Amino acid sequence: MTTHTLLPPVPAVASPAATAAGAATRRSVTGSVHSWDLSTGVDGPGTRFVTFLSGCPLDCLYCHNPDTKRMRNGRRSSAEEIVAEAAKYRDFIRAAGGGATLSGGEPLLQPVMAGELLHRWKHELGLHTALDTSGFLGSRATGSLLNDTDLVLLDIKSWDRDLYRRVTGRPLQPTLDFARRLADLGKEVWVRFVLVPGLTDPEDNVAGVAAFTASLGNVSRVDVLPFHKLGAAKYEALGQRFPLTDTPSPTPAQVAAARAIFAAEGLSAV
Amino acid sequence: MTTASTVSTPLDAAWKGFRGGLWRDSVDVRDFIQQNYTPYQGDAAFLAGPTERTSSVWKKITDLFPEERRKGVLDVDAATPSTITAHAPGWIDRDRELVVGLQTDAPLKRAIMPNGGWRMVAGALETYGYPVDPQLERVFTEYRKTHNAGVFDAYTPEIRAARKAGIVTGLPDAYGRGRIIGDYRRVALYGVDRLVEAKRAEKEELNALPAGGRSIEETIRLREELAEQIRALGELKQMAAAYGHDISGPAGNGREAVQWLYFGYLAAVKEQNGAAMSLGRTSTFLDVYLQRDIEAGELTEAQAQEIIDDFIIKLRIVRFLRTPDYDELFSGDPTWVTESIGGIGEDGRPLVTRTSFRYLQTLYNLGPAPEPNMTVLWSPALPQGFKEFCAQVSIDTSSVQYESDELLRPRFGDDTAIACCVSAMPVGKQMQFFGARVNLAKTLLYAINGGRDEKSGAQVGPAGGALTGTGPLDYDEVMAAYDTQLEWLAEVYVHALNVIHYMHDKYAYERLEMALHDRDVKRTLACGIAGLSVAADSLSAIRYAQVTPVRDDSGLVTDYLVEGDYPAYGNNDDRADAIAVWLVEEFMRKVRRHPAYRDAEHTQSVLTITSNVVYGKKTGNTPDGRRAGEPFSPGANPMNGRDTHGYVASALSVAKLPYSEAEDGISLTNTVTPDGLGRTPEERIRNLAGVLDGYTAADGFHMNVNVLNRATLLDAMEHPEEYPQLTIRVSGYAVNFVRLTREQQLDVLNRTFHGEI
Repeated sequence: MTTHTLLPPVPAVASPAATAAGAATRRSVTGSVHSWDLSTGVDGPGTRFVTFLSGCPLDCLYCHNPDTKRMRNGRRSSAEEIVAEAAKYRDFIRAAGGGATLSGGEPLLQPVMAGELLHRWKHELGLHTALDTSGFLGSRATGSLLNDTDLVLLDIKSWDRDLYRRVTGRPLQPTLDFARRLADLGKEVWVRFVLVPGLTDPEDNVAGVAAFTASLGNVSRVDVLPFHKLGAAKYEALGQRFPLTDTPSPTPAQVAAARAIFAAEGLSAV
Repeated sequence: MTTASTVSTPLDAAWKGFRGGLWRDSVDVRDFIQQNYTPYQGDAAFLAGPTERTSSVWKKITDLFPEERRKGVLDVDAATPSTITAHAPGWIDRDRELVVGLQTDAPLKRAIMPNGGWRMVAGALETYGYPVDPQLERVFTEYRKTHNAGVFDAYTPEIRAARKAGIVTGLPDAYGRGRIIGDYRRVALYGVDRLVEAKRAEKEELNALPAGGRSIEETIRLREELAEQIRALGELKQMAAAYGHDISGPAGNGREAVQWLYFGYLAAVKEQNGAAMSLGRTSTFLDVYLQRDIEAGELTEAQAQEIIDDFIIKLRIVRFLRTPDYDELFSGDPTWVTESIGGIGEDGRPLVTRTSFRYLQTLYNLGPAPEPNMTVLWSPALPQGFKEFCAQVSIDTSSVQYESDELLRPRFGDDTAIACCVSAMPVGKQMQFFGARVNLAKTLLYAINGGRDEKSGAQVGPAGGALTGTGPLDYDEVMAAYDTQLEWLAEVYVHALNVIHYMHDKYAYERLEMALHDRDVKRTLACGIAGLSVAADSLSAIRYAQVTPVRDDSGLVTDYLVEGDYPAYGNNDDRADAIAVWLVEEFMRKVRRHPAYRDAEHTQSVLTITSNVVYGKKTGNTPDGRRAGEPFSPGANPMNGRDTHGYVASALSVAKLPYSEAEDGISLTNTVTPDGLGRTPEERIRNLAGVLDGYTAADGFHMNVNVLNRATLLDAMEHPEEYPQLTIRVSGYAVNFVRLTREQQLDVLNRTFHGEI
C-alpha cells in the first residue's frame, strides 16, 4: 500500500511572479516527480512544501521510500506546475514559519529541474529553501543551485567506507567531497544519520561521522533518525522484498547513545 | 457598547481600587475589564503546581470515576425535579473546598429536569435502573406541559417524516437547547441586588401595552420573561445563602469573585439540561480581582492557582441525566462547559492575563480533561509566551481548541465567547436558537431518487424529478434535482426550528441565563449542515468521473458504480473545494429565505462534533464511493484518506469555506503525532504555534488539535473499531494506524514516544 498519490492534473494557474521573458524558457523545464506534500518538523525547519523527485542512484537497505527509486515511475511534471502548487501555500508558510524542501529520491539526479525549483521557490515565492540529499551526486549541484539553497539536509549514511558501500551500494567519497564544498561555501547544513541496529550503529562508525561532521564548522544540527519499518508495505506493493525485515528499531537507549557521540563533538544532536 | 440596563450605585467598598467608568453606572462588564485588566506578556514560568489540598480534593472525585464509568451514572436523585433551590447543599470535602456548590446534594449525583420533556427523563431513569415516580409522571404528563409535548403538538406530518428519516437530525425537541451563555461575571461584579434592580427598570419600561414598537403579544411575553428572570435571581441568592454566602452585594475579593461567578453558573446548570452549557469568557475578568489581591499582598500565586483549580474541579463534574440515544448522538456525556481564553482587545492590547495561563495550568495540576472545554481565541498578535504555552498544553494534553480571534473580533467585538464548540456570541448581548443540523449528503441521494428515502423507500422529500436515465449521472441534471430538494429541506428545517424555539421559550425558558443578559438581546437561528465533504466529493465524482446508479427492483437507486478518478475535497484543489464552498453558500441562501421566530438572524455551522458516526449510519451508499453506514468525516473535515497531501493542504481546503456564510462556526479536527510537529519539544511547540498562525492568516476559523499520545495508540491497537480515522504521519507520508500490522503499530509507538513518557 502506498499513500503517496500521483500528482493530479493541476488547473492552469499562472505563476504569480513569472515574468514574460523568463516564463518562455522556464516552462520547458520538466522533471520526473513522485509527489508533493506538506509536512511540519520533519523535512527541515517549520512547515514545508516538500516535493519528492523520482529516481535515486543509491540502494539503501533501509530505504523507506522505495517507490521513489525509479525515475520512470514518476510523473512527468513541469517546474511551472510545481511552483504554482507551492504558491498556494506561500502565505501559510510565511505566517507559520518554514519553507520548501526538495527531496526524493535523490533530487540531484535531476539537477536542472532541481535548480529550477529551488530558484523559483526562493526568488518568485520568497520561501526558505532546503535540499534533502545523500550528497552522492553533489558534483552535479551547480554553484547557482547551491546559491538558491538556504539549507542542505545531508545524509551521511556511514563513516566506514566498506559499510557505506554495503548500506548504499555506492562509495562514500562523493558525499564527503560535497560536505567539504558546502563547508567552504559556508552553507548551513543539517546532517542526518539513520541509526540501524546491527548495521550503522557500531561506535566507531558513528564516531567517525560525528568527528567529520564536527570538523566542517557549518553544521548547525544533527538529526539522529531511528530506523523504522513503515516503508515495508511499500515494498510489498512493489512486489519487492524489504531487506531489513528482521532488523529491530533501535531502543531509546541506543538512540540516546548515538546522540551523545555527536554531542561529545560539540554538535547539536536531536 | 451600550446597554439599556441602569444601575444606581455609589462607590462601593467591593470596588476599591478599580478604575472607571461606564461600568459603575450601568451593567457593562466589558467596560470594567477594559478599564482594569493587566495584560500579561510573559511566559509560563510564574505558574504554581497543585497544592496538597487541591490534589486531595480532586482525588475524592477521581476515586468516584471508575464506578461512574461502570454504571453510566454514579447516582440519580429520581424524585426531585431540579430547580435552582430544589436540592440541599452538597460538598466534595466540606472543610477543604475553596469554591463551593454542587448541582445536587452529592458530587456526580444527577438531577432530573423534566421541563424539557418527560420521556427523556423516564427513559434515562429506566435505563439506569431508577424508579419512575408515578406522581411525578402525572405532574409532567397531565398538569404541567413540557417543551417536548408542546413541540409535537405543533409539528407537521412533513416535519415528522423528515425527522424520522434522519435527513433532519438531532433537533432539540426532546432536550434542552443550551448554547446560551449567561454573563455569570455580572453576579460577581454587581451582586444580585443590583442586577434585580436593573431588571426591574427594564420591566418598568414595558408598562405600556404595546410597548416600544413591540406587538401586544411580544410585550406581554417579555414582561413575563423579565418577571421570571427576577424570580430566578432571587432564587440564586437563596441557593448561595444555603451555602453560607450572601451574594446580594458585589464580590469583595478574588475568591469571592470566583465563588459568586460560579454560583451564577451553578444556578444555570441546576435548572437547564442544555446540550451545551458554556461558561463564557471569565479568566481575564477574574484576573482583575486576583491581581488586586496579589498586589495588596493578600494572595500568593499558589493561592490564586488553588482557587482556580478548585473552580475548575467544579466545572469538571457538571453532570446531566441523559439517555443512551442522546449520548450516541453527542458521543459520550458532554456538557460543553466552554471557556474562551485570550484574544486581542479592540484597542490592540492582548486580553491575555496571568489567569488565562492559570486556567490552562489546571490541565497539568488536575490532569487532562475534555471539560471545561478550553478554547483559545487565537491571533498571530497574541504574546509569544502565551502562544507557546497554549501549544505546549495542546501537545501534552490534546485538551485545547482554537478559534480565530481575527474572524471573531471584527464581527462580534472583543467580549465574545464561544458556546459549545464554535458558536460565537457577545456575552450577555446575544443568544442563539440551537438548530442541530441537516444531512446534505442524504439530501443528494433524495435528489437522485426524486425525494424517496434510499433506505426505506418512503417518499419524504418532494416527489418527481427522479433521475431515471440508464447511463452515468449527468452533473447538470443532478444539480437541478438537488436544488429542488435543498429548497424543500431548508423550508422544512426552518419551520421545525421555529416550532421548537417557540415551545422552548414557552415551557423551558432559561430564566437565570437570560437574567444575566441585556433585555433586548440579539437572537440567531443557528442552523447547521452535516455531510459536507461527502456531498462535495459525490458531486465532484459525478462531474469529473463517471458515476452510474445501481437500482433495486423498485427503481430506487441504492448504489453507485464509480469509474475514474475525481478531485476530492481536502487537497487544496479548487475543483473540489469550490463545490464545498458552493454548498455552504447555497444552503445558507436557501435558509435565509424563511422567516425566523423572534426575528432571529439566520446562521449556520459546519459542525458535527462526533455525531458524524450517527449521520453516517442513517445514510446509504453515496456517489463518492462511500459505503452505506460508513461514518461521515467530522465537521468540515475532508473524508479521511482522501486528503493525500498532508494536514496543511487539508486545512486550507476547509479555510476556503466562507465564515460570513457560516457564522455559527466551521469546525476542523486535526490529529497529529508529536513527531509530526518536530523532533524536539521546543521545536514542536514553535511549529504548532506557527501552524495556528498560518491557519488564522489563511482565514481558517477553528481547529481542534489532537496530539496523540502513547496511551491513545495503545488503546487503538486494542480497540481498532473505535479509531477508524487515526492517521499517523511519518516523515512525509501518512498511514492509517489501525490498518498497520501489530508489529508496525508497535514500531510507530516505539518510534513516536521514545524517551518521552
